[in-house]
Amino acid sequence: MSARKTFLLGDREIPFTPGQTIMDAALAAGAYIPHLCHHPDFSPHGSCRLCIVKVRGRTVSACTAPAADGIEVNSSSQEIQDTRRAILQMLFVEGNHVCPGCEKSGACRLQALAYEAGILDPHFTHFFPRREVDASHPGFIIDFNRCILCELCVRASRDRDGKGVFAIGGRGLDSRLLIESPTGKLGDSSFAATDVAATVCPVGAILPKHRGYDVPIGERLYDREPISRVSDSAVEKGEG
Amino acid sequence: MSIPSAEQVAGLVAESIHQRGREPESLLQHLIAIQQKFNHVPESAVEALVGELGVARTRIKSAVAFYAFLHDRPRGEFDILFSDNITDQMLGSRRLMRLLCERLDVEPGTTRADGRVTVDPTSCTGMCDQGPAILVNGMAVTRLDAQRVDRIADLVQAGTEPVHWPGDFFRVVDNLRHPGLLLSAPDTQGGGLGTLLEKGADAALAEVERSGLRGRGGAGFTTALKWKLCRQARSAERYVVCNADEGEPGTFKDRVLLTSYADLVLEGMTACARIIGARRGFLYLRGEYRYLLRHLESVLERRRAQGLLGRDIRGERGFDFDIAIHLGAGAYVCGEESALIESLEGKRGVTRKRPPFPVTSGYLGHPTVVNNVETFLAAARILEQGGAWFRSEGTDKSAGSKILSVSGDVDRPGIYEYPFGTPVSQVLADCGAEHTQAVQVSGAAGETLSAPEFERVLAFEDLPTAGSFMVFHHGRDMLDMVRNFAHFFQHESCGFCTPCRVGTALLRDLVEKVAAGQASDYDLDEMRHVGAVMRQASHCGLGHSAPNHLLSTLEKFPESCRRRLRSPDYSPSFDLDAALADARAIAGRDDAGAHLEGET
Repeated sequence: MSARKTFLLGDREIPFTPGQTIMDAALAAGAYIPHLCHHPDFSPHGSCRLCIVKVRGRTVSACTAPAADGIEVNSSSQEIQDTRRAILQMLFVEGNHVCPGCEKSGACRLQALAYEAGILDPHFTHFFPRREVDASHPGFIIDFNRCILCELCVRASRDRDGKGVFAIGGRGLDSRLLIESPTGKLGDSSFAATDVAATVCPVGAILPKHRGYDVPIGERLYDREPISRVSDSAVEKGEG
Repeated sequence: MSIPSAEQVAGLVAESIHQRGREPESLLQHLIAIQQKFNHVPESAVEALVGELGVARTRIKSAVAFYAFLHDRPRGEFDILFSDNITDQMLGSRRLMRLLCERLDVEPGTTRADGRVTVDPTSCTGMCDQGPAILVNGMAVTRLDAQRVDRIADLVQAGTEPVHWPGDFFRVVDNLRHPGLLLSAPDTQGGGLGTLLEKGADAALAEVERSGLRGRGGAGFTTALKWKLCRQARSAERYVVCNADEGEPGTFKDRVLLTSYADLVLEGMTACARIIGARRGFLYLRGEYRYLLRHLESVLERRRAQGLLGRDIRGERGFDFDIAIHLGAGAYVCGEESALIESLEGKRGVTRKRPPFPVTSGYLGHPTVVNNVETFLAAARILEQGGAWFRSEGTDKSAGSKILSVSGDVDRPGIYEYPFGTPVSQVLADCGAEHTQAVQVSGAAGETLSAPEFERVLAFEDLPTAGSFMVFHHGRDMLDMVRNFAHFFQHESCGFCTPCRVGTALLRDLVEKVAAGQASDYDLDEMRHVGAVMRQASHCGLGHSAPNHLLSTLEKFPESCRRRLRSPDYSPSFDLDAALADARAIAGRDDAGAHLEGET
């Protein structure tokens, strides 16, 4: 392959095939760009904005920007790190995230990215929204307090499970996850434990019932290694 | 109205489907019809639409929750919305709204117990030159004063339907103060279309290119290039969309263009269709302008009868094109072209990822040209008069003229058209503005100018503008403008991306903290910090531009915030003593010992 196409991520050369995004190519090459709403198995979304990088002086989201030959992608400047930290803090104050009481602690990507970014406090004033918990399903619980509107479950249910159990409704700060059923409850939907959508939640919003702390706190994926090293693939393999 | 019966709902849904079809794209139009009839979208209507359109329940519910004019719970028989733009407020709208609420004994935002009336603020309704303005069941009422509010209260109490209200209430005037290149000759004889058919589409496109016309919505993309890209895109279908979702606070020029120059706008769309090879077009009309619907439908009907729309236009075999009007339902973000296309498809108006751009993948994935009302009007004139005629005005980079909507502290608010390159001071002199402190150019998302900048010129290379021009005299507190815009953006953020969804709410709260006299320098820095994050990381132009007004006010009118600071360093956003009110209530105490000593 003489016409191998590459771009630079920091000082690392990343090969890509035409059509790949910067994120696709970076993850395939084992390089990490922080992200929450992105997942290589699903169509790019571009909503969390954590994967912003600078290319030719412009800020773009790596998960939606096409890779191009010879470009230099800056993902680690102080400015970009500061902005990512602020975005993470925004997500923390928008919902109700209480890590010590969350079953996902240690395997949660929001938490892991916060550690990675050196976040010690939420910085902004909490909104403390009143949100409900949907425990109507026999096998799963949805805690809307923790939903970060990444739409991974929306995409998984629609594109992989062929069900369309989830959607986003409302607007602005009132945006929320909707469930396709006559009552709006998960228990009355076609959601099943075997759905791909049951495993994609990057935070603790969609959790299985009757099972908790199988892997003790302290021994979980991101307890052991930072997310920048292990990315998120291991979570999907059930190691979380 | 009480909760409608299942038969009533089924009847209306069937009627709406008969009228508008059963494609999922028509969903929003059905929902608007249902809202109008039943004052809300009842659960039974959702179920009926699920069955008829074959769309998911969540898709319907997500749309209802997204658009400000759709509701899942009943509004009053009289749904009264006060335009809440800063210019309306400067004309006393807040006081009038309180007055009406008192007269009707209703709290803003809640429907009166008898179901008679709801009163609420709403984003700018585009009547800034004749405000304060309201919408009554979607129809515009202008020039509100205490007397008119009194009459309205009586009419509501008596249950008199708005169709029987005094016609003068609903009178909307053009206020065309300063016509220029495009507006001085209102009557079109279809000359542009004639030239196009005579010389051919290539020559017509070349003429538009020669004119140097750039999009009038504010972004200024070269119109001929947009049309060319769409024309070259491979597809069996192409679409022409006129963006009449004039939602930028302070702008109302499209209202006047659609009222008095509709033929030129439609002619521009038709010419575009011929050039790019489109057979269908849409005029996306903002819900606030629903009162124009009948007028526009009649113009479309007349043009069909004249052979200017429909099959074989002007006798040209195979030149088939028609235009349908789609109503919006209260969402500023739909003014962004990709959000507008989503809305045309009946969905929530969330901006798409770009690329692909609408010229290659727009409506239903087909190549689509989306242009502003004024752009289509200009294109029709250019085809009629030639590109050189258009170029005779303006600057090198900004050819032609710009139509402005002037409002605020001026003697003669209304529509002004100037050659590009005209200084702000010229506009101020012509509209009778005195002792001007600030001008907000291009709406809430635009730029705040202070006096030393009034010699700057309206042009893409200096002050790009979509046309909104709001004037503030020295008696105004600029923080009032900032509060108004901060609330506006929080209300209008679509919620898709984190920085805008959360950032607009953080900014709103910080601005309120300043207004409440609780803020410190730290909070001003926080505003700059949040603003910078939004500018850098937001998904679309709404989030990028939402902090503009605040950041420029902090820079140019620092005293408006500084003089309200409580302490120079840091102060908490809450009042500790007030926070204990619940505890006092539970304990049944309110004596001195139950309050924090020395705290305020």
